[in-house]
Amino acid sequence: MGVSLDLLLGAVVAGVLLGGFYAAVSVGIAISFGMLDIVNIAHPAFIILGSYAAYIVNSSFGLDPVVTAIVMLPVFFVLGAAVYEIYYAVFERRGDEALRGLAFFFGLLFIVEVALILVFGVDYRFVEARYIGPTLHYGPIDLPLRMLVPFAVSILLMAGLQLYLSRTFTGRAIMAVSQDRLALQLMSASPAKIKRIAFGISIATAALAGAFLIIIQPVEPSIGRDYIGRVFAITVLGGLGSFPGMLAAAVLLGVVESITATFYGPSWSPAVAFGVLLLTLAFRPSGIMGRR
Amino acid sequence: MTAALLEVRDLGKRFGGFTALDTINLSLRAGERLGLIGPNGSGKSTLVNCLSGTLRHDSGSVRFDGRVMDGLPAHQRTRLGMARSFQLPKPFGSLSLADNIRIPLLYTVNARRHGRHLAPAELDGRCGELLQLVGLADKAGRRPRDLTQVEMRKLELARAMAAEPKLLIADEAMAGLSHSEVDDILALLSALNERGITVILIEHIMRAVMSFSERLIVLVAGRKIADGPPQEVTRNPDVVRAYIGE
Amino acid sequence: MRPATFWLAAVVVGAAFFGLSLQVPNQYYFQAGYVVLQYIVLATAWNILGGYTGYVNFGTAAFFALGAYSTVALYKLLPLPLPVLVMIGGGVSGVVGFGMGYLTLRLRGAFFSIATLALAVVMQTLITNWEFVGGSRGAYILRPAQVPLLGNYIIYLFLVMLVLSVLAIGIARSIERSRLGFGFAAIRDDEQAAEAAGVPTLRLKLAATTLSGALMGMAGAPLPYYVTYLDPASGFNLAYAVNSIAMPLIGGMTSWVGPLIGALFLGTVQQLATVTISSALNLLIVGLLLVAFVVIAPNGIVGLFNAFLASIRERGLRKHWKRAGGDAVRRESPR
Repeated sequence: MGVSLDLLLGAVVAGVLLGGFYAAVSVGIAISFGMLDIVNIAHPAFIILGSYAAYIVNSSFGLDPVVTAIVMLPVFFVLGAAVYEIYYAVFERRGDEALRGLAFFFGLLFIVEVALILVFGVDYRFVEARYIGPTLHYGPIDLPLRMLVPFAVSILLMAGLQLYLSRTFTGRAIMAVSQDRLALQLMSASPAKIKRIAFGISIATAALAGAFLIIIQPVEPSIGRDYIGRVFAITVLGGLGSFPGMLAAAVLLGVVESITATFYGPSWSPAVAFGVLLLTLAFRPSGIMGRR
Repeated sequence: MTAALLEVRDLGKRFGGFTALDTINLSLRAGERLGLIGPNGSGKSTLVNCLSGTLRHDSGSVRFDGRVMDGLPAHQRTRLGMARSFQLPKPFGSLSLADNIRIPLLYTVNARRHGRHLAPAELDGRCGELLQLVGLADKAGRRPRDLTQVEMRKLELARAMAAEPKLLIADEAMAGLSHSEVDDILALLSALNERGITVILIEHIMRAVMSFSERLIVLVAGRKIADGPPQEVTRNPDVVRAYIGE
Repeated sequence: MRPATFWLAAVVVGAAFFGLSLQVPNQYYFQAGYVVLQYIVLATAWNILGGYTGYVNFGTAAFFALGAYSTVALYKLLPLPLPVLVMIGGGVSGVVGFGMGYLTLRLRGAFFSIATLALAVVMQTLITNWEFVGGSRGAYILRPAQVPLLGNYIIYLFLVMLVLSVLAIGIARSIERSRLGFGFAAIRDDEQAAEAAGVPTLRLKLAATTLSGALMGMAGAPLPYYVTYLDPASGFNLAYAVNSIAMPLIGGMTSWVGPLIGALFLGTVQQLATVTISSALNLLIVGLLLVAFVVIAPNGIVGLFNAFLASIRERGLRKHWKRAGGDAVRRESPR
């Protein structure tokens, strides 16, 4: 009995750490979908790009993946801004149906995945860093550093974003544009410019999330698709409105996945998120239901 | 005393922490002409949305034609006889004007006529008639994107009329129209009312509201602050204050 | 053209096409043709929910592979003729489509699309963990060598898929001209307005999802007999998801013609290309074409063709006006 309790406790702790990482994955969507109403389903592709970027730098120069990601932040920001410009010019300005925007992002997701397969093949890639091997032990609890470091940085990321959005002018403008475009125009700030910055930030977070991903596990091009279900589940569970809600949902999902993996095996993980999602939709579809 | 066609009791609607509608009570007799006015953001459109089923109200109840509407989706309310036009026209962009009118005919009128659906020729005929009523007959084959704003509002109204409603809620159908166009719409609505259709007119154009309404309701910040004959209501100090300010 | 006439024409065209095909001596023609016909069904099925109703399904692979794996599961249990397997595959996928729709169609359209993407991943996980159908190691299907009348089994598979293509196209066109088709279009153009006009949007969306899923399942049912070895990686191949979107989009989403053109064009190109370039590069090109068309020519090939016709008509009219009014203008000008 004691053994199972320890196992459970270990699974929960691992789940919490995993949840922190999932939050980093989802925060980009919280911005692009939650605030800008842009359904960027290609977000996981950008995360995988971040992973591969970290991999290249790490295998060539031995540079730490998190440091790489931080260095890459401006690059990904520019990339995000560029993607938004295309999206805006083609879709938003014309007020076209969401269908084409979705198809566009799906095309992006697809192109990135296939391009990565062509360049890197389907082999798993991983990074080397001093904290990937060791584990901290506190009694029955194991804290693998490769999970702990992403968790910690992820919390910092979220705190940083929250401060940015509530304290800086641009940040507050972003919050404003997510609620009332007209008010923003009256303030003579250009909504398109603000949205471009916000989308750029959203993609920049993908760089960090990608670094976290490849620290936590080896990466191959098709992994991105596993994350769409997870992000979706976190979004529905936690709501798009707040970071704390999203963080809670991410941790909850991490814990459920971790417990499932511990007691039923890891091959079920991708299905867990969706199962959680279906249950939520069936019994408590609240908050973001429909247009109401 | 005739039973009310529409009975709204203690209707409430909130968006998060914001109360859009607060304990709205109103009752409408069949054949009445009701005007609904109020400053921007007072909840008029929210009220329309809650009545028509586009939004779900949080508290209170709506009875229409003796039936409880709570929980019914919008399409069923339309089939039961409640039609509305949208404040910002929402045409079916890929369909011709005639086909825009065809949709409510196919899905509301036909749905009521179990087994005796309108024949294709009749359908075409009705599309033509309705477009004629609003002066869009010569553009029957065009797409909504070819229309002016004003023409789109007329299409919006025609589409609501096509559903053969008992109650028509016209949500700011006259915004941006010229003097004579406003008169045209008023004539249209009056003609409908003479045929027995109850009309709720939501408008900012005061002369239209005053001349058309038998009764006037004023909504301010989600609350009904006045309900009575137009002349009385406009002299009500609360109403004057709401529009002019302290 | 009345519906009955169209069905008759489609069957006649299909029969004639099959008759001609039988003259082709090369076996490979039937193998490649099967894939193209399969895509006609998938693209047409996708378009019923996507182009007609406006709901994007990213999880074609899920419905398709479910059909295939129903066949695998039944193959291990009891022998059944292929047409029955097709019906069952369609039934299973239709039910799943309905269930998924019931849970997610009350959310915004975007949520539905994301859910379909997640569904594909989940289905793949479930099948990979299901030992009975081979799990990740895959399953082997023994294909009968000969079939009475036609000879080679591949020809039989080709015929089955041809019949499904005719069926899918016939259904799509029937919907287009019907009350149902108008309802779908209204939902696509403005769902709120459709509801207000009396269209039971949820019911219609469910119908579209179920029908679309069922057709995809039917297209997947013969697959195990075609490939003789099926594993989740190939059953849930990304190619199905991207092609079933790219083909209607590139062909044109507003009518049954678009998916047909898109499938014939892209399908044939890909079949020719697989022998020359890698399949990954092949898919990359499809993805690039998809994005290019979404951005530049969103109404697809059919749309480009219509625009071309319209511009010719306009040029003809303008020439007519110039000839008629040009003299008058010249006489009036101050020179």
